[in-house]
Amino acid sequence: MDVLFALLAGVLTAAGVYLLLRRSLVRMLFGVILLSNAVNLVLFAAGRTTRAAPPIIPEGLSAPAGAVANPLPQALILTAIVIGFGLVAFAFVLLYRTYATFGTVDADDLAREPERGEKGDGG
Amino acid sequence: MSAAVLLILPIIVPAVTGMLTLLARSFPSAQRVLSLLGTTALFATGGLLLVQVQAGGIQATQMGDWPAPFGITLVADYLSAGLVAVTGFVAAAVAVYALRGIDAEREKFGFHTLFHLLLMGINGAFLTGDLFNMYVWFEVLLIASFVLLVLGNGREQLDGAVKYVGINLVASVSFLAAIGLVYGMTGTLNLADLAGSMQNVRQSGMEATVAMLFLIGFGIKAGLFPLYFWLPASYHTPPAPIAAVFAGLLTKVGIYSLLRVFTLLFPEPTGYTQTVLLVVAGATMLLGAFGALVQRNVLRLLAFLVISAMGYVAMGLGFFTTLGLAGAVFYIFQDIPVKTSLFLMGGLMERETGTNQLGDMGGIYTHRPLLAAAFIVPAFSLAGFPPFPGFWGKLTLVQAGLAAEQWTLVAVALIAGALTLLIVGQVWARAFWRPARNDGLVSNMSAGTRTILQGPVVGLALVLLAVGLYAQPLFDLAQTAAVHLTDTGPYVQAVLGR
Repeated sequence: MDVLFALLAGVLTAAGVYLLLRRSLVRMLFGVILLSNAVNLVLFAAGRTTRAAPPIIPEGLSAPAGAVANPLPQALILTAIVIGFGLVAFAFVLLYRTYATFGTVDADDLAREPERGEKGDGG
Repeated sequence: MSAAVLLILPIIVPAVTGMLTLLARSFPSAQRVLSLLGTTALFATGGLLLVQVQAGGIQATQMGDWPAPFGITLVADYLSAGLVAVTGFVAAAVAVYALRGIDAEREKFGFHTLFHLLLMGINGAFLTGDLFNMYVWFEVLLIASFVLLVLGNGREQLDGAVKYVGINLVASVSFLAAIGLVYGMTGTLNLADLAGSMQNVRQSGMEATVAMLFLIGFGIKAGLFPLYFWLPASYHTPPAPIAAVFAGLLTKVGIYSLLRVFTLLFPEPTGYTQTVLLVVAGATMLLGAFGALVQRNVLRLLAFLVISAMGYVAMGLGFFTTLGLAGAVFYIFQDIPVKTSLFLMGGLMERETGTNQLGDMGGIYTHRPLLAAAFIVPAFSLAGFPPFPGFWGKLTLVQAGLAAEQWTLVAVALIAGALTLLIVGQVWARAFWRPARNDGLVSNMSAGTRTILQGPVVGLALVLLAVGLYAQPLFDLAQTAAVHLTDTGPYVQAVLGR
């Protein structure tokens, strides 16, 4: 199971980095999404993928009766997913505004943009 | 006040202020007063916390009474408490500047609220004793900074924000991956607990890998070579108060986390970690200065100098000696007000002369002597000129370098220092000393506005001058902080009680 997770995280990371290196900012953002999901898988695998009882303490006891699954990675991933969702949502709105303003989301075209702007201000 | 309350207040105060300013969003003048009161209260709590730490040693408290290492711990050692106090101080200065330095449009869209949420995130990152919680505070301050950066929707701002947002998302991913690996190998996320549990990581041979992931995550935020290109591309776009908080505090959060994590988790790094840190530090100092040398836009020039300064701090860490850390900590303490003051100054220079191009400026010394005097202190402190505080920081760092026999790096630090002196000298000669282009300055500020805008800049300069002339108390604080960073026993004791 761990090998599967490792392979999947590896593939996601590779695809994410490839997309990050593209000129299109939309692809770059997709790359970030893939990367953050790869990391979520790493967090999940870090908590060990075992088959065990849910971590619920029975009534009347102060500790679980037998071996239980580790609940912490799920809590971490949930937090990371929520945060990641918020950031990516913001980033998409930002990209939309950029497209509306500059008419392009190509990193190279955007890089030329400020020079044009400065010349325009001077003239 | 009990220590537990004092530890949580630097997070609660800006949170409450942020909410109140949101409630008062239809009343800009009320917002400004609230913002001023909030930052003053923040400065007061930061100061009290520092006094408490100096009197009673490292303070720690467990959130919700979950015992460490299971719950979230807040810890204030000398470094954290000092940083929280300095943060409160510069926040108050920026809040005064923002009384007149921010336009009505940005106020309407929540400048004050975002400013305080940013402060909350910064203080949270400084005070937390938990690795994952640190990640969460990073995201809190990031999202606030994202919105602050694009507030106003200018073309340049959007362009800068795209780069800033993109690279910071990657930094968060790298940081989170490092957290996952550390947790998988140690089973804990509490920093003090991790300090004693890293042998698994060391034995696994993954120490250098994990250290590099942390270095990438924090290095991007701190603006270290070769991860700094987003910084000069974005810091010159927002208005002065926002740029000043960014330059003063955000990179410091990155470098603070680097100090915290490396001293606790990798006190004796194996493999290439130390070499990488030292090379990165040298390149950051030098390339930051080179970048500033060719800039004609004053705000971009200042942004490159932010980068260069981070190299000095990384160098202090890279030596892994108490003296090096003392120099690094002292340098951070004085660099926060220096950078805040310089970016506020940059905004004023632009307003007074009507341009941000160094070649078109002039006459500030003749027409605004007070402003010119206030520029000298932070600028020449940055260049490491005695008797300003930057000199003492650089002196300690160079001494630490000589003691560690890192001759090349000492030479690089001195060259970068000389270049910085040349750069600020140029700014002085062109913008201040040279006569104005058209007999006078273009600004039409009222006298009251000018007093309010110049007030914080002059105040910061006076404090910096006092610190430079009487550096002993701050140096003692940095020294104690460094001792606790090297010998982590008291920190672990305060958190875990053993």
